[in-house]
Amino acid sequence: MVPITTLHYLVVAAALFVLGVIGVLTRRNVVIVLMSIELILNAVNLNLVAFSRMWGKLDGQVFAIFIVVDAAAEAAVGLGILIAFFRNKETINVDEIDLLKW
Amino acid sequence: MIPGLNLALMAVFTTTTDPGMEPVATPFFFYLLSGLAILGGFLVITRRNPVHCALALILTLIAMAHLYLMLYAPFVAAVQIIVYAGGIMVLFLFVIMLVSIERASKDRRFNRFWPVGLAAACALMALFVSAFVKGRALFPDRMIAIPEGSNTQQVASMLYGEAGRMGQYTFAFEIASLLLLVAILGAVIMTKKKI
Repeated sequence: MVPITTLHYLVVAAALFVLGVIGVLTRRNVVIVLMSIELILNAVNLNLVAFSRMWGKLDGQVFAIFIVVDAAAEAAVGLGILIAFFRNKETINVDEIDLLKW
Repeated sequence: MIPGLNLALMAVFTTTTDPGMEPVATPFFFYLLSGLAILGGFLVITRRNPVHCALALILTLIAMAHLYLMLYAPFVAAVQIIVYAGGIMVLFLFVIMLVSIERASKDRRFNRFWPVGLAAACALMALFVSAFVKGRALFPDRMIAIPEGSNTQQVASMLYGEAGRMGQYTFAFEIASLLLLVAILGAVIMTKKKI
């Protein structure tokens, strides 16, 4: 069996990143778009922790903790925006949220 | 008696050169966990019911916490489970409860421009594959073993500082707490009916 190197973890992170990008670009439900953004952030976290192990320093892990903090703040604000919008227009469909169209 | 017990417990739990603690079956666990994570990611983007997507994302988050454990990062794994799977996903489930109207789960899943999105994602995947194939030499195969028993202490000394000095990331830590405060204020004010 091939020993598991850093490249294996990077490939897994890239696959999760691409899945998250597909979710952001193609889903209709705004909540699922926000969840795909969380998937992207997790892929980046895996990348950072894998590189931290490769170099033997802990900077990548500290950066990963900061990204978790940032993801929490961003999820809270994004979902607050969604709730405020839902109260006005009663829809969570990205195709129908087009108030800024000319 | 109590200081001696303390030292004995520390000696037992912080040793990492114990041959009984070598990792076993690493490829099996890696493929199992990464398969679970990618399966969870795939279910997130393809399920119709948003609650199913949230549960699949929880599966992905817990699989990734196990991957962090394999990468000798126990503190990040604990933060991931407690904060991400235990806080953020519960927040998502609450919001799904508040905004999920019945019509939304019977609607079409993908929006009008899904071929464009899929093409863009395929281009991104091609870019990643070319980066990994061409840049193979940039990721050396050696993996340095990081000590696991003192991981939390080392992360804490980078975040908080030790022996009276500021740590390497203390300033960023304070800014992150300010960011959380601003996010809380923003979320509370935005969801009020009358400001």
